[in-house]
Amino acid sequence: MSEPQQESLTQRVLPIDAGTHVIRAQFLGEDPTLALADGRILTGGAGAFISPHGDAAILLAACNGIILLTGGDDGKVIATTPGGASEILGDEKGRWIDALAIGPSGSVAWSTGKKVVARDGKGERKEWTAPSTAQGLVFSPKGYRIAISHYNGVSLWFPNTAGIPEVREWKGSHLDVTLSPDGRFLVTSMQENMLHGWRLADGKDMRMSGYPSKTRSFSWSHDGHWLATSGADAAIIWPFKDKEGPMGKAPRECGVRHSKVSAVAFHPRALVVAIGYEDSCILLCRLTDGAELLVRPATKEGGKVTSMGWNRTGNRMIFGTEEGAAGVLTLP
Amino acid sequence: MSDKIPVTVLTGYLGAGKTTLLNRILTEPHGKKFAVIVNEFGEIGIDNDLVVGADEEVFEMNNGCICCTVRGDLIRIIEGLMKRKGKFDAIIVETTGLADPAPVAQTFFVDEDVSARARLDAVVTVVDARWLKNQLKDAPEVKNQIAFADVIVLNKIDLVSAEELVSAEKSIRSINAYATIHKTTRSSVPLDAVLGKNAFDLDRILDIAPEFLEDVHVHHDEAIQSVALTVSGDIDPEKFMPWINEFTQKEGPNILRCKGILSFKDEPKRFVFQGVHMILDGDLQREWKQDETRQSKMVFIGHQLNRAAIEKAVEACRA
Repeated sequence: MSEPQQESLTQRVLPIDAGTHVIRAQFLGEDPTLALADGRILTGGAGAFISPHGDAAILLAACNGIILLTGGDDGKVIATTPGGASEILGDEKGRWIDALAIGPSGSVAWSTGKKVVARDGKGERKEWTAPSTAQGLVFSPKGYRIAISHYNGVSLWFPNTAGIPEVREWKGSHLDVTLSPDGRFLVTSMQENMLHGWRLADGKDMRMSGYPSKTRSFSWSHDGHWLATSGADAAIIWPFKDKEGPMGKAPRECGVRHSKVSAVAFHPRALVVAIGYEDSCILLCRLTDGAELLVRPATKEGGKVTSMGWNRTGNRMIFGTEEGAAGVLTLP
Repeated sequence: MSDKIPVTVLTGYLGAGKTTLLNRILTEPHGKKFAVIVNEFGEIGIDNDLVVGADEEVFEMNNGCICCTVRGDLIRIIEGLMKRKGKFDAIIVETTGLADPAPVAQTFFVDEDVSARARLDAVVTVVDARWLKNQLKDAPEVKNQIAFADVIVLNKIDLVSAEELVSAEKSIRSINAYATIHKTTRSSVPLDAVLGKNAFDLDRILDIAPEFLEDVHVHHDEAIQSVALTVSGDIDPEKFMPWINEFTQKEGPNILRCKGILSFKDEPKRFVFQGVHMILDGDLQREWKQDETRQSKMVFIGHQLNRAAIEKAVEACRA
């Protein structure tokens, strides 16, 4: 569309044919890694696949660079480490895994229906039953605490204490949940195409609305000052630097195009956000001046961008789409 | 349109024969693969098909519409199933015997991610001929399930007399004037009677031929009934559209289903609409044929609908 003004990085992308829906694209250590819907995991270089879930499908995955955690429709939760070694951390006997999270010191959490399981680095398991299906999980950056989104709110659970979890209530169905890196703000995406936020210190509510579709991808900037979100015809980026968070402020819009944003991923060291669209286009956008770089042009058969991830230093980025297109960008 | 996965919703009160019908669908040689969403595992299990357990979690939408409920678990399951595109041809959702079909149906209209990939094909309700009379007295769910149906499998007819069967059919008709009824024993219906019906597709609403139309005397005590109208002569869209919108907004909680084929003034094409509670879908469809009588027909199925008021309102929409 605006190709003449837009600088391009397309020559610096090494394509990968994943062949099927990419659930998650991340770096595991320095290995570009794809978790695929057909159950395969591509990691550790050219064409090396592992299938720790056997014939089952991978429904969702999380990755912190140290482990890749996958949840399958076989009910298994499996951790894969760089090099491709896998370990079964949980087995819910065929019940679909609905949410996953990776926490500090080797801890992980998953949920199936109302059942939430936390497993610490030593392998000790704790269980809690949510009031309704746990749709999203996120670990607090401080302490062994998990925020669990469900119908009508979010519960804050300390797996190692017997007390009843605190609940932040807000009417409606809460989908994914995220916490700001400083732990001050809790944000959920909702069925009704909006975000809901709480300032944890005083429980003050924030409504972030105006999205034409659901937000299913969040990403915090490295300094924790910005939250990029999908669901609109641009990446909607909310300011969280001040004490008040985004309250009373308008968000930034980056990468406005005639296609909805389906995935966002902030660079780990700079105020640059990777924006993936439903038409398979990917842009890098610099927050300070709005400058854009094209990573992948929209193609008819490309499909919606489902996941993008940077390596630790931020010189490489991996992406994948619903139709199995994938690739690794290496920055100059 | 055509690449959307068709979804058949299977309802019916406890013991009516739902699972028998489901097993029948799955075992018949049709060369199709189904993804089946069930509430209890165990009684079915066909190697070729994908069976998923569900929790029937009904959520209210915060859109100011109290009757606008969806099945949260269904949204998640369909999202998960779509990652396995090509592994199956159709989805069957089996509800529990006590379930209200409305949230299931509404999920396919209200959730944009679901409606982009899947389409509701039909609501199929299995009815127990033997116990229907009692259930209509004691179980409000049964009325709801019948009212919502596009296809009714009136099962266990070998266990009732001819008179009882006629009376069961009349009871069904008084609630739902337009569903197709199949009388069976052991839920034995041909597959094409329950699958591939396109009952929610405007292009397929070819005719509304409510039976027992004149028979307004039957079971006036029923809380749910059909109000069917035929208006000869043209309708003025400028009057009708605001009315139907307001009517469904106001009476939405009471209207379970509605359908209509209308003759608009100076419009060569037929206007077709259908709805679930407050959700309305309508469009101009094919042209009226030369030999066709231009008239408007509509059916509303719901609780405590005021027939006289609806008739009067529609009458006022004449061109």
